[in-house]
Amino acid sequence: MADVPKIPSSEITPEGVYMNRRTFMKAGILAGTAAATGLAYRAFNHPPLAPVKAAPLAGVVAASGPADSGFWTTEPRTPFETITHYNNFYEFSTGKQEVAEAAAGFRTEGWKVEVGGLVSKPRTFDLDDLKKISPPEERVYRMRCVEAWSMVIPWAGFSVSKVLEKVAPLGSAKFVAFQTLMDPQRFPGQRDRVLNWPYVEGLRMDEAMHPLAMLATGLYGRELPAQDGAPVRLVVPWKYGFKGIKSIVKITLVEEEPPTSWNEYSAEEYGFYANVNPNHDHPRWSQATERRFGPGGSYKEQPTLMFNGYEEQVAGMYAGMDLDVNF
Amino acid sequence: MTVAETTPAGAAAVRRRASATKADNIRFAKLVVFINALVPGAMLAWDWANHQVGPDPVALTIHTTGMLTLIFLALTLLVTPLKKITGFAWLFHFRRMLGLYAFFYGVAHFLSFFGLQENFHISWTIHEMIARPFLIIGSLGLLLMVPLAATSFNWAIKQMGSRNWQALHRLVYVTAAAGAVHFYQSTKADKRLPLVFIGIFAVLLGYRVVVWAGGMKKRVRRAA
Repeated sequence: MADVPKIPSSEITPEGVYMNRRTFMKAGILAGTAAATGLAYRAFNHPPLAPVKAAPLAGVVAASGPADSGFWTTEPRTPFETITHYNNFYEFSTGKQEVAEAAAGFRTEGWKVEVGGLVSKPRTFDLDDLKKISPPEERVYRMRCVEAWSMVIPWAGFSVSKVLEKVAPLGSAKFVAFQTLMDPQRFPGQRDRVLNWPYVEGLRMDEAMHPLAMLATGLYGRELPAQDGAPVRLVVPWKYGFKGIKSIVKITLVEEEPPTSWNEYSAEEYGFYANVNPNHDHPRWSQATERRFGPGGSYKEQPTLMFNGYEEQVAGMYAGMDLDVNF
Repeated sequence: MTVAETTPAGAAAVRRRASATKADNIRFAKLVVFINALVPGAMLAWDWANHQVGPDPVALTIHTTGMLTLIFLALTLLVTPLKKITGFAWLFHFRRMLGLYAFFYGVAHFLSFFGLQENFHISWTIHEMIARPFLIIGSLGLLLMVPLAATSFNWAIKQMGSRNWQALHRLVYVTAAAGAVHFYQSTKADKRLPLVFIGIFAVLLGYRVVVWAGGMKKRVRRAA
């Protein structure tokens, strides 16, 4: 015991100070770990980032036509912020709220849309050519996603028929096939084979020629933001949102029903027609109601309407068809 | 060695103080785990209060609580293997709390589905739950946690006997498997994250199978 070092009493921490230091350390550990956990949580669930900058679109005109044309609705519009921060665009990300960030640097200079197939005047349009087809018309459509949520969106663009008329379809053309750009450099999501890239979609000829079927180049009077399908996308308001193929580079008129991406992924879940139908459930959820995103971040569960409320305009095209079989 | 330990009375005091400090440390460590486990739930509530729940608050809440349930199930199942590997017996002090948090977030997950998505509409909810296989499996996983949470107190362990209690609490393996399958089924196309959870649970449950098989072999050998 002789070799026990003598600790000068001045170096012995008084018990009170020692206890205080312990308490202080404990508080530090508690606060520190809680802050770290909080940051980890924030990394996954963070509030929307900076607002999207989109240039104003020149020469937008209001959609003409009576109330029953379907070209516009007086329902409250979904805010621009929501439309640009809640996107199903797997080419950028499979997280709906991650798409805006992933799409931020997307550029569309030199974009071309090749229109061909069973036509007598095949043609490749650049963005200026597309703008010359028709002044962008503002149309306020309901958008019903197959995931049972919906929005009211003021698009700008023109009917698909305007483009098809330019290329003079042959009588043998029965369907129109659409294709998205294939470019894993600009679409990082295409490096993962979640879907069979590139994304493809299709319409029957009469559906494509219906005035409501639209090629959109703008949103809320501005250029279409990348996350919503820049520079040009399809909008078919009586069908589920996934029919609205984005960032189109190719339109081909064909004789047979073309393959479509989600139908290829799972045919029993996603049909070729994909008409909005509250009576035909998705195998994993009901399609009878939808969550409508309204002004000010509001949301409301409401009944889904047949053909998304465009029954009057489009039901005639499906007369005599069993919509439960051809869903 | 300090001067105090040189007398028998002093040594006893040091031992007492050491064991008091140890109990104190465990109590504190439990508090740290308790607070940290509460943080995600508290932040979700905070985001609701501040209108920061994004464009689809319903989906966000359902998804977040579901993820937390799976994370806490994984942490609960990690305790035993981690103790065996590291020898840190004190890890067992956190197992009950982690399990109860899994149950807590699981109940929150169900309530957000029932309340936010189905608007507390009992007949819609029942109709949906019967019609969708992934909801049946998810409900099974949650229901199996009820008896576990109900018998998670010392008194219940004493009443049941530790052997029975342990047998009952093996139901958590079924819950973990059901939870991972439910997540996989409910995901639309990008199955990567559900597959990660399936992988984690496969390892955690596989570990138990290996240990159990090893024990069987030993027993067989002893019998022979």
